[in-house]
Amino acid sequence: MGNGTSIGRVRGLGSAHSGAHHWLLQRFTAVGNLVLTIWLAVSLVLLPNYNYITVHDWIVRPIPTVALALLVISVFWHVRLGVQVLLEDYVHEAGSKFAVFALLNLVVFGAAGFGLFSILRLALGAA
Amino acid sequence: MAHNAPGRKARPLSPHLQIWRWGPAMFISIMHRATGNALAVGGIVLLLVWLGALAAGPDVYALFQLIAGSPVGLVVLFGISLVYFWHLVSGIRHFILDIGAGFEVKGNNFWSALVPVFAILLTAAFWAAILLR
Repeated sequence: MGNGTSIGRVRGLGSAHSGAHHWLLQRFTAVGNLVLTIWLAVSLVLLPNYNYITVHDWIVRPIPTVALALLVISVFWHVRLGVQVLLEDYVHEAGSKFAVFALLNLVVFGAAGFGLFSILRLALGAA
Repeated sequence: MAHNAPGRKARPLSPHLQIWRWGPAMFISIMHRATGNALAVGGIVLLLVWLGALAAGPDVYALFQLIAGSPVGLVVLFGISLVYFWHLVSGIRHFILDIGAGFEVKGNNFWSALVPVFAILLTAAFWAAILLR
């Protein structure tokens, strides 16, 4: 790669080595988040109270269960993409970058797994 | 990266925050990243603690309610809700910029300045709807 602008950089060899796919996915998940988190906020406002029975009986219904599971997937995907951009801007060394991306993946997948498990546990009547 | 690679002359760095004159778009852009990453930590923890407490049963959920309903808990919930609505409004601004609209200086400054206004209004409406229910 040269020092100035070169065709190599234009062809996906910038600092992140790719871009459009990540950029689009961030928008697609943003649309998902917009719909699903507004649904959650409105649903929370419409609940008569936040007692265990009320919230539990609401969550275990089919639509809240599916919507919450989709919310977890969309939100955590968006988080994964967003934090990656922050790290790309401030972590420059290749080894450190690999390490923080590995850590980010572990945290995001682990956290999403926990969220989905909690929703399923409620929906399938184990809690 | 390139600027500290061995055997290579130090390249000039791009100017950072201190060099630019502040404007609405710059502030809103920085806040979009700040609110997004704040939600990536605080919002995610809240969501998972809430779901986990529900899945763990009535006793753990009661503890969650006790902490979330305390003065400190309510301040945290309010803060996370404000950050959420801020990132939502700011994100809608990004969708508009993505289609190529809103780049003229005057309009850009105007809509940038409106982001905090809409964020505060939505947060206030959300809490008013809950508390006046």
